[in-house]
Order: sequence, then structure tokens, then C-alpha cells
Amino acid sequence: MANVSTLNATGAAIDAVRTEIAAGPRGKKPKKVLSRRNIMIYGILGLAALYYLLPLYVMVVTSLKGMPEVRLGNIFSPPMEITFEPWVKAWAEACTGLNCDGLSRGFWNSVRILVPSVIVSIAVASVSGYALANWRFKGSELFFSVLIIGAFIPYQVMIYPLVIILREIGIYGSLTGLVIVHTIFGMPILTLLFRNYFAGLPEELFKAARIDGAGFWQIYGRIMLPMSLPIFVVAIIIQVTGIWNDFLFGVVFTRPDTYPMTVQLNNIVNSVQGVKEYNVNMAATLLTGAVPLIVYFVSGRLFVRGIAAGAVKG
Amino acid sequence: MTDLSNSVSIRDLSLHFGAVTVLQNLDLDIKDGEFLVLLGSSGCGKSTLLNCIAGLLEPTDGQIFIKDKNVTWEEPKDRGIGMVFQSYALYPQMTVEKNLSFGLRVAGMPKDEIAKRIARASSILQIEPLLQRKPAALSGGQRQRVAIGRALVRDVDVFLFDEPLSNLDAKLRSELRVEIKRLHQSLKNTMIYVTHDQIEALTLADRIAIMKSGVIQQLDDPITIYNRPRNKFVAGFIGSPSMNFLTGELAEEGGHTVFRTHGTSFSLAGYEATETLTPGRKVVLGVRPEHIKVDGDLAGEEAHDAIVDIEEPMGADNLIWLKLAGHTISVRIGGARRYAVGAKVRLGFDMTMASLFDAETEERI
Repeated sequence: MANVSTLNATGAAIDAVRTEIAAGPRGKKPKKVLSRRNIMIYGILGLAALYYLLPLYVMVVTSLKGMPEVRLGNIFSPPMEITFEPWVKAWAEACTGLNCDGLSRGFWNSVRILVPSVIVSIAVASVSGYALANWRFKGSELFFSVLIIGAFIPYQVMIYPLVIILREIGIYGSLTGLVIVHTIFGMPILTLLFRNYFAGLPEELFKAARIDGAGFWQIYGRIMLPMSLPIFVVAIIIQVTGIWNDFLFGVVFTRPDTYPMTVQLNNIVNSVQGVKEYNVNMAATLLTGAVPLIVYFVSGRLFVRGIAAGAVKG
Repeated sequence: MTDLSNSVSIRDLSLHFGAVTVLQNLDLDIKDGEFLVLLGSSGCGKSTLLNCIAGLLEPTDGQIFIKDKNVTWEEPKDRGIGMVFQSYALYPQMTVEKNLSFGLRVAGMPKDEIAKRIARASSILQIEPLLQRKPAALSGGQRQRVAIGRALVRDVDVFLFDEPLSNLDAKLRSELRVEIKRLHQSLKNTMIYVTHDQIEALTLADRIAIMKSGVIQQLDDPITIYNRPRNKFVAGFIGSPSMNFLTGELAEEGGHTVFRTHGTSFSLAGYEATETLTPGRKVVLGVRPEHIKVDGDLAGEEAHDAIVDIEEPMGADNLIWLKLAGHTISVRIGGARRYAVGAKVRLGFDMTMASLFDAETEERI
């Protein structure tokens, strides 16, 4: 209140002397649009964007050309005759080994791997992150440290033991086995993400919920979950892109008829028999990359917000 | 083992975090319907004590009784307490109504009973028009009212307040302070209120417990705390502007005990000592700024010369800083009386309201 009245008083004083104010700079300083600084910034940004978009352009253009046109070798020229034949072939007819039903089989395999892996890993990691942040138990810090160390161990070290373990359990080569592997390897980074996010929520909310009589699951489900949409989006993006793009686990832990899309793409692109069908290869690659690309486009803003929220507090 | 009229009793409570001792062998009895304020600077353990009473922190040792029931091992919800937090801690995704009813819904209470309780609480706190809003659409004062409402609907014996007004601006703070006092007068519940604001403590409390490093320094009604502080810490903590302290020693002059500092003697006539005042003892004399009489106020008692150093007019009052016997002391006089810097004044201490502390132990003597 005092501030407002002082401001008003100053305003009145300025009104009184307004006639005496000389001409000259006043108010906002005008900015030039075409300043050297702006030209530099936008020039460099434009060049960088061009550089990164060029390969994508080549791929899209090539995938829409027929083989005769591809053989001409003008990879930057737009297609003279647009054809979707390569896309159809890549999806439904391309051969890998003995199968000739295209990428579609790999796509559905990948979906069957992706959906349970994402759901299970996020469900487990969010609960353990919540427990680590809010229900400190004896040794919880040690448990957390061990988990974090797990994030730094290279995957390759663990592949052979994992193969043996899965073989002994009897699920080696099945999709279930691969889902379990993805869930385990998603755990450290996801738990860290969720723990930091939940630790950043006001502790008094948790205390208030406890006084209100809510238990472990009630606080998780009714207080924490509704507040953590951004971090769930981040986790979903990390898991969807990571699991979809995975090649190593896919090739190690599955059999040819359960290969995920990435492994199948590799087999299509690297097949040595016959002509190299560049247009089909480009279309197949674009099809495989479409899922993560769509995920990024749809959720870009939420993603940035969630990353920022998770990164604030350690 | 506990007195029947006690609402909350704390017995020999200790809390350690590793090597750090937060609370030490603390005993506290809070009567039924009493408004007790835990007052102290940050880190003194007052909020920790409140969290222990709420059951949000496990004590290392000791017992807590609420309504003569040992609740030391009980869950917070089973203790019959409601708590109001500094940051309101409203569930952001729920409307005010859902915030109020959350605890009741968790407990599985019938719908019509929930509605009845919400209606009662929201009419007491005058938040009926806000029931369908989300916390984000409320002002700070409204949020804190909802937070109090959340404790109210639970129909509990004991209310715990953890610095509930500290996030509000000064004007709202004084308004809500009055509302909390009115609430206590109409509900007559036991209330335990943590604050670092001495004005809140003095205005609200039936009794104040002043804490320092996990130990209660003094537990008394506000007037006693203000006028007869038990030690120098309490004396300096309570009161704004704070008490003047003069270091010196006791001496004997003409058959009377006097306080002597830098060659000036002050008669202690009228001071109620709790111990015998032996001459030669090193002591600290504490006098509040409003217990010093200046010039015209003097009624024939012993007076001394002092020089005005600084003058701080504060509207209703005028605070003048005087140089006297090697000390700078502040005196509160009426706002209309002005003094020039360097002016000479005659002043006398009101020894019936003064405090004497041992210079070593800092305890009242």
C-alpha cells in the first residue's frame, strides 16, 4: 500500500515538471532488426539447421523415386515422378532371410516389446523413486547409490550373464525375456529421475497427507501421481525412444521371427543379394524412425518442462 | 502418571540426528484448551518438537501423551491432531472442497457426514464461496484459511500450527492472527503454535515456551516472560526494541545494595531479588526501554545525567538512544516528545520492572 501511494506521488511530481523535460532519448531504446548481431545469430542457426535437415531431405526425396531415377545419381534433385512403391515394398514385401513380409512384422514385434517394457519400467521406477524420496528407510541412501552406479556400468558387461540367466529361467529368445531386460536396464536412470522429481515436491504436502491418514499407496496415487505428469512424460519419451531404437538387446535376446524393427531394418539394408534398392532402404529407415520422431514432435514442450523440473533438485 | 487436565504431555523427549542433538530430555505439559506458543530463533528445535508431537518424526527417546494416551508409537492420523503448515501444503490438483475432505474420504467417512463437517468448517472460516476453486486461484490468506479448515474438519483435540503466518505479508498476518485467536476462543481446543515472531507469541499465547538449542528456557504466561525473564537469553529475545543490558557489579553504599558500573551507582530499591545480593558479585542489569523515566516523568527517585546520542521517531513512540555510564541505552518515550542530539537528560530506572542476571550463569537473581 505504501509503495503504491509513493508511486502515485512520484507520478504527480513528474506530471508537474513534464513541460520542462527536454527532447532526447526517452522510454524503450529502439532496436535494429538487421543488426550485425542478429545476422550472425540467425545466419549460424540457419546454416546449422540446413546441415542437419539435409540428410533427412535426401532420404525423403530418394524414397519417393523409382529405381531408374535413383540410378541417375542426382541425390539432391526432387523426384520427377513421385512413387510410393518403395514405401509399400519396405513395409510389406522386403525380404530378410527367408521371410518376405517386409518391416511390418518387425514393427509389431517392436510394439509388443515396447508397450509392456515402458509400462512396467515406469511403474516400478516411479514407485521406487517415490519411496526413496519420501519414505527414507535404513540404508535407502546406500540402495540409491548402488542403483546410480548401475547406470554407469556398460551394458556389454552384463549381456553374457543375462543370456545365461534367461536361458536357465527358460525365457531366452522370447519377448518376455527382452521386456524384462529392458525393464531392468531402464531402472537406474528412471528411478533417479523420479526420485529427484518427488524430492523436489514440497515435503509439507507429504506430511499433510500423512496427517490426513493416507498411507504409502494412497499418497502415491492420490497426491503424488496427479502432480507429476511432466516427469511421466519425460520418462515415457526416454523409454519409448530408447527401447524402440535399441539394437543390441534386440539382436541378442530374440530369434529371427521375434526380431524388433531395428534389427529387421539392419537386415534389409545390409542384405547382399541382388540390387541395392536405395529407395526401399530409405523408406524402411524412415518408417523405423517415425515412432520416436512422432513422440518428440507431439510432446516436445512437455519434455523440456519435465527435464527442467527433474533437474532442479538433486 | 499424567495429570488428567493435561491435553498433551511430553516426557523426557530426546531427538538426535547422528551426532547432532536437536532435542534434549524435554518435559512439557500442556493443559486442556490451552494455547501454547513455542518460540525461538530458527534451528532451536521448535518445529522438530512439533513434528514429534504430530508423529512425523520419530523421537530417539522419551514419550508423548495426547489425552492421557501414550501415542509415542502411533501413526499421525491416530493421534487426534490436525496440523497447519507454513507453506499451506494444499493439494494443488484438488479443489478446496476436496482438500478439506481428503482426510475424511481416506478414513471412509459417510458422504453426508463429510458434507456436514465441510459446511461447518467453511462457515467458521468464511470460505464457502471458495469451495470449488483450486488452491492456485486463492490468495495467501485464503490458502491459509483452507489449511486451517483442513485441520478443523478432522474434529481433533489438538491443533498444531507450524509458523502458519510466516508466508503472509504484514497486514494479512495481523488479520489472521486475530482470527486464530478468535478461533481458539470459540473452539477451546488445545493449540500448539510454533513461531519465531515474538509479537505473535505475546498476543496469542496463554503460555509461551521459549526454546534455545533444544531446551526450553522458560515456560510462563506472556506477562511473566516479558517482565520477569528467567535468564538473559529470554530477556534479550523478547521485546522490541530489546532490553538494555548494563554490565557491572553489586556494591554496598550507606547500608543499601547498589548496582555499580563505570563509577556510577544505581539504587536497587524496589527490586525483588530471588537470591541474596552479595556485594562484589558481577552482574548484568537489564532494563526495558519503556521502564526508564526521563525528565518530567521522574517523581523524586534517584536520577542520573545522560546525553542524547540518536533519536528514532516511530510515530506513536519516540526511541532515544542515550549515553550513560559507559553504555548506550535506548529509552522509549511518547511520540510527541522530541530531543535534540547532544541534549542533556535526567533519567531514572524503574527497578520494580528491572532484571538482574548473574554475569557468569546469566540466570536471574
